[in-house]
Amino acid sequence: MIERKKIPRGQTGFLFVLPSLVGVTLFILIPFVDVVRRSFVGAASGIWVGLANYQTVFSNRAFRLAAGNTLRFEGVCIPLLLVLSLAAALLLDSLKDHVQFFKGCFLIPMAIPVASAVLLWKVLFHERGLLSGLMHMLHLPEADWMGTSWAFWILVVSYIWKNLGYDMVLWLAGLSGISPSLYEAAQVDGAGRGQCFIYITLPGLLPSLFTISVLSVLNSFKVFREAYLVAGDYPHESMYLLQHLFNNWYRDLSMDKMAAGAVVHAGAIFLLVLFLQRKWEG
Amino acid sequence: MIWKKMVMFPLALLAFAAVYPICFLLAGSLMGSGEIKESLGAALGGSAGYVQIPWLPRYPTLVSYVELLLDSPEFFVMFWNSVKLVAGILLGQLAFGVPAAWGFAKGTFPFRKALFTVYILLMMMPFQVLMLSDHLLLDRLHLLDTHMGLILLSVFSTFPVFIMYRFFDGVPDALVEAARLDGASQWQIFFYVGLPLGSPGVISAMVLGFLEYWNLMEPPMTFLKSKELWPLSLYLPAIGLDRAKVAFAASVLALIPAIFVFLAGQDHLEKGIAAAAVKE
Repeated sequence: MIERKKIPRGQTGFLFVLPSLVGVTLFILIPFVDVVRRSFVGAASGIWVGLANYQTVFSNRAFRLAAGNTLRFEGVCIPLLLVLSLAAALLLDSLKDHVQFFKGCFLIPMAIPVASAVLLWKVLFHERGLLSGLMHMLHLPEADWMGTSWAFWILVVSYIWKNLGYDMVLWLAGLSGISPSLYEAAQVDGAGRGQCFIYITLPGLLPSLFTISVLSVLNSFKVFREAYLVAGDYPHESMYLLQHLFNNWYRDLSMDKMAAGAVVHAGAIFLLVLFLQRKWEG
Repeated sequence: MIWKKMVMFPLALLAFAAVYPICFLLAGSLMGSGEIKESLGAALGGSAGYVQIPWLPRYPTLVSYVELLLDSPEFFVMFWNSVKLVAGILLGQLAFGVPAAWGFAKGTFPFRKALFTVYILLMMMPFQVLMLSDHLLLDRLHLLDTHMGLILLSVFSTFPVFIMYRFFDGVPDALVEAARLDGASQWQIFFYVGLPLGSPGVISAMVLGFLEYWNLMEPPMTFLKSKELWPLSLYLPAIGLDRAKVAFAASVLALIPAIFVFLAGQDHLEKGIAAAAVKE
C-alpha cells in the first residue's frame, strides 16, 4: 500500500484574489488614503492645517443637522424594521402553505426601481393627494406632507416598505437553522408556545442578529434615493440626511469639508460594525 | 383554523401594500388623458378636491405607450444607457469578483482573514463616504462624465465577493482535496469543482446586482453632467407630474426588466439574501 501523504498546500488561492485586490487597492483604498491626507490640509493652500477641517465640520450647523437626522433615522428604522420583519417571518413560518407566494410579494419592492415608485409617492403625499384626501374624510388636518416634519416618517415608511422582505428572508434563514428536535423535546417536557419562543427561538436567532442589523444599516443608506427624488436638494429639515449635505458640499467644491466629513463618517461606520460584532458575537 | 385566518390577515394586508405600487403604475399607464385628469387632477393642479385612487382604467388604452415611444426618443437613449451600465458592471464583477470569492473561500495565504475583513468594511461604506475619493480618481483618469468611469467604480464593489464567498465556502473541502490528489491544477479545481458547485452563488450575486444597478442613482447623479448619458433611473423622476401619461408608461417600461429578472431569479435572490445570515 502506498502511504497517502497530504500534499503540502502552501500559499494557494492568492492568484485568484490578486486581480480583485489590485483593483480594490488602486481604485478604492489608495484614493481613500489620499482623502484622509487631504482632511488634514487646507483645500486651496495644500499646507498642513491639523484638525482645523474637522473643527469646521463639527461646528457646521448643516453637518450637525444631517448627522443628527441620520442617527435618528437609523435609531428609529433599524429596531422597527428588525421587529416587524421578525414578526412577519414568524407568521410566515407558522403558515404551511402559500409561503412562496407571500415571500414573493414581500420581496417585490426590492425590484421596483425607486424612480418608478416615486410617481406613487408624489401622488400619495401631495397637498391634495391620497393621504390628504383620507385626512379630510376623517376631519383631520391635511398638509403638504413632504414639506412638514412628517417627511421624516414618510422616509421611515418607504424604508420599511422596501426592506421588509429582505430582512424577513434573513430571519427565515435564521429560523430554519434552529433544530426542530429542540422544539419536540420542549413539547415533550410540556413547554407552551410562548416558552418555546422565549427559550428556543429567540436565543437561536441571536447569531443572525448581527448580520441582519449590519445589512439593514447598509440598506438604510439607500433611502436617500427616495428622499432625493421626492424632495430634491433641499428637503424639509427633518429629512436632511448626510447624503444631501455631501451633495451640497460637492456642488460648492468644499473639498476640505468633504474630506474631513468622509473620514468621520467612515470612522463611525467602522465603530458601529466593531460594536455590533463585539456585542453579539463576542 | 381561526389561528390560520388571524395569521393570514396581517400577512395579506402587508403583501397588498408591498405589491400595490405595481398595480398603481399599471392602471395609470393604461388610462387616457381624460381619466388621468379625473383621478389625479387635484395633484396636477386645475381641478378641486383630492386625488382619487386609480384602481382599474374604465377605458383601457395604450395611448400613453404610443406617445412615449413616438414622441420621446430620449427614452430609448436612456434605456440603452441603463442597459450598458448594468451589463458593464455585472461583467466586470464576474471577471474580478468570482475568482476573488473562490480565493478567499478556499485559499490559504497569509493575511487572508484580514484582507477579507477589509472587503467587508468596504462593503459597508455608503456612497457619500467614497464620493470625494471617487471624484478624485475619475478626475485623474479623465473619466468624469463617462459611462466607463461609473462602471469602473462599481466593478470593484466588494458586496458580490462577500455573497459569492458564502456559497464557495459551502463547497466541501474533501472534494477540493480529492481533486488536488488526482493532480488537478488550481485552475482546474476552480473551473471543474468550484464554479459548478458555487454557481447558485454567482447567479444570486448577479440577480442582486441587477436589481441594484438598474436602480443606480447616486453615482450617475454626481458624476454624469451630460444629460444624454443619464440612465433611466435619473430620467424618470425628471418627467414631472404635468406629463403624467408619459411618466406612467415610462415607469412601467423601466419596471419590466427588473420584474422579469426578479421572477426568473426569485429562488436565487432568496438564497443570495439568506446566504449572508448563515454563520460561518
